[in-house]
Amino acid sequence: MPAYLAAAWLSGTTVAVAAAVAGFFIVRKNAAFFAHALPKAGFAGAAGAVFLGVNPLYGLAVFAVGGALAVSRLEKREQGDVATALTLVAALGAGALFLVLTGRYATGAYALLFGQIVGVTGAQVLATAGVGALCLLAVAFLYRPLLLVTHAREVAEARGLPVGLVETGFLLVTALAVTVAVPVAGALLSFSLLIGPAAAANHLTCRPGKAMALSVVFSLLTVWLSLTLAYLTGWPTGFFVSAVVAGLYLGTRALAAASRI
Amino acid sequence: MTGEVVVDVRNLGVRIGGRPVLHNIDVRIQAGEFIGLIGANGAGKSTFLKAVLGLLPAAGTVTVFGQPARRGNRAVGYVPQNVRMDRDTPLRGWDLVALGLDGHRWGFPLPGRERRRRVEEMLEAVDAARYAHLPVGRLSGGEQQRLLIAQALLGGPRLLLLDEPLASLDLKSAHEVVGLVARLARERGVTVLLVAHDMNPLLPVVDRVLYLADGRAAIGRVEEIFRSEVLSRLYGYPVEVLRVKGRILVLGGDAGAHVLSAETHCCPAGHPA
Amino acid sequence: MSMWAGFWQSPEVHGALALGAVVAAVSGVIGVFVVLRGQSFAGHALADIGGAGAAGAFLAGVNSLWGFLLFGLLGAVGVELLGRRARERDLATGIVLALALGVEALLLYFDTRLAGGAQAPMLVLFGSVFVVAPSTVRVVAVLSLVTAAVTGALYRPLLLCSIEPELAVTRGIPVTLVSLVFILLLAVVVEEGSLVVGALLSTGLLIGPAAAAVRLTAKTGWAMFWAALLGVAAVWAGVFLAYGSYRWPPGGHGWPVSFFTAALILVFYLAARLGTGSRQGA
Repeated sequence: MPAYLAAAWLSGTTVAVAAAVAGFFIVRKNAAFFAHALPKAGFAGAAGAVFLGVNPLYGLAVFAVGGALAVSRLEKREQGDVATALTLVAALGAGALFLVLTGRYATGAYALLFGQIVGVTGAQVLATAGVGALCLLAVAFLYRPLLLVTHAREVAEARGLPVGLVETGFLLVTALAVTVAVPVAGALLSFSLLIGPAAAANHLTCRPGKAMALSVVFSLLTVWLSLTLAYLTGWPTGFFVSAVVAGLYLGTRALAAASRI
Repeated sequence: MTGEVVVDVRNLGVRIGGRPVLHNIDVRIQAGEFIGLIGANGAGKSTFLKAVLGLLPAAGTVTVFGQPARRGNRAVGYVPQNVRMDRDTPLRGWDLVALGLDGHRWGFPLPGRERRRRVEEMLEAVDAARYAHLPVGRLSGGEQQRLLIAQALLGGPRLLLLDEPLASLDLKSAHEVVGLVARLARERGVTVLLVAHDMNPLLPVVDRVLYLADGRAAIGRVEEIFRSEVLSRLYGYPVEVLRVKGRILVLGGDAGAHVLSAETHCCPAGHPA
Repeated sequence: MSMWAGFWQSPEVHGALALGAVVAAVSGVIGVFVVLRGQSFAGHALADIGGAGAAGAFLAGVNSLWGFLLFGLLGAVGVELLGRRARERDLATGIVLALALGVEALLLYFDTRLAGGAQAPMLVLFGSVFVVAPSTVRVVAVLSLVTAAVTGALYRPLLLCSIEPELAVTRGIPVTLVSLVFILLLAVVVEEGSLVVGALLSTGLLIGPAAAAVRLTAKTGWAMFWAALLGVAAVWAGVFLAYGSYRWPPGGHGWPVSFFTAALILVFYLAARLGTGSRQGA
């Protein structure tokens, strides 16, 4: 197996797990739009980094975190969706500018948009593993309080939980997951990894613990299958990710509907 | 009743958005009491609860179990106004209740037989065991209410605050929930403060009534409070209190004037007293 | 100074201004309904879904507008059918979007690899307001008129369905049908927007001016007027500034319209929010 493929596999596995655990909460909070918008905002940051001559992943991380914080700030006075839309527009406007100014559009940014296997270095694998581990730790830490805040907010307040901090924590966890996911699955399609496996898991079970485990399983399945098919055909990874995710979603939804009859 | 004062409110005043919602509230609640917090919409009932929970900045003093009211007091349990859960919310009744045990702690819950036993025991106590494994969104208002009560009680509180638990319930369910709360409170030695806008389901179990009108309060036994002269003084305009077949009816205004948003209503025939 | 003379005489600029104005106005009007109905995600998703169609159109050598429209309308139907229940709605929208983007990834890959169209991704994603043929301007204008007319005809039932669906049902309004018609209209508007400022930013024209407008007034009709006005202002100023930036650093090929338009939309929104912040708000 060529070295770059092994690197892609390792990174992909980390990404699958990070995306699944973050996605568990995204689906619970019904934040699909946010999951879609954040990677795009990150992409704009990566374009900015390229323009400045810096490693694009730094730009990705900065705009992902910045975007998350912007949404949490705007959400105070707007519906969630509108806050996300405005943040997205801001980030993309900047991104458009960076891309035009850089002039180096074709391959570099395209790879970040749709995901490609080539170009994953050993250093990147380590960095991905590091950020991924951070993401997992954060989710483990936030697990119970976030469940309580999501499903019984007032009780959480009365119990003395710092509700605002917990919610911001969730947003930052998503930003972390996005930072590792975008290089592998692309800015446009990371979000299918974020919401797909968790949504499919929720069709099959209502128990939070089981749903989390199932999300991870589905996510790993998706990434491994996609990487393999992308390697064999040379087509973009992102295409396969979205196809597998859609299949999982529709399949589990049909199963759930059938079992209700 | 041990006579210990559980909630001591002196000269409480709360302003929201510049508007005074509560002023000069003076109330003392004793251990083991079941207090009905009654009043029309907007009278400040939820605000009073939030002040006791330490969730609002307030003038005056609110002391709970000898300490100033603060968020996160483990001795105080809270059942919020029923939030309608989405039909597809991915959470079982069991999980919702279990969050009452340790939802406020960081990290993962360690699965253990002890945890399981305590949750199942509580589910039995509120008679919700048979539907606890169903998704919460599929349950009726009354069923969700029981789960929320179980959730609050799992924390082992000595004071239980319930915000309009009967609001969206039919009469039979309302009486069942009230009976349940009263029984559990008696068994566990819990003091109860239950907010409602209709007094009647509470009549059989309540020790005293805390009546709020226009931000002012009066506390006392049912027969002391539900009198025309007491409520008239509280509201600041003529109020007539009628007793019909063991039910209480509160009417505002002189004869020919409008009826108050009828805070209490008569029950259909056949309803148990 | 001769550069500006060129500006006012250039047929591309005329086309851009006309196209931009028409699309911005309709986007603003329907955007108010989108904000009201909480369908911002659907509005954005349809733009991306249309982008897949445009990538396909490029491959087939057809005018990208038809690609946008075809996939947009298909996507609208898919989203509406899959997302019956409130909580499933956003997730279903997301999955349809994911599928469309996956297909778009594949099509753009073929575009750049096979057809030699390295410009395809750029045009699809960021818009081609200066490169639009006059015949397309006419089609877009007609479509916009039709959309505006239908929205006008549906105004009251749509408003009721958006605010009080149960009441609308009891009044005999076919709520499901109205929702479907609305999302089809939305698809048309969004795809036109995608043509002007690209799939990525048509959302800005849809949501931004509307979000600002609803801060300025509580009357729906006036909100639509303000949303349209702010949208047109943002696009015209964007075209103007983009043209004017032609000589700006660093590359001498100008800054993109989409950047200026997006920046202005945000400025308008923030101004509206700050300006009305002192009012007793929710």
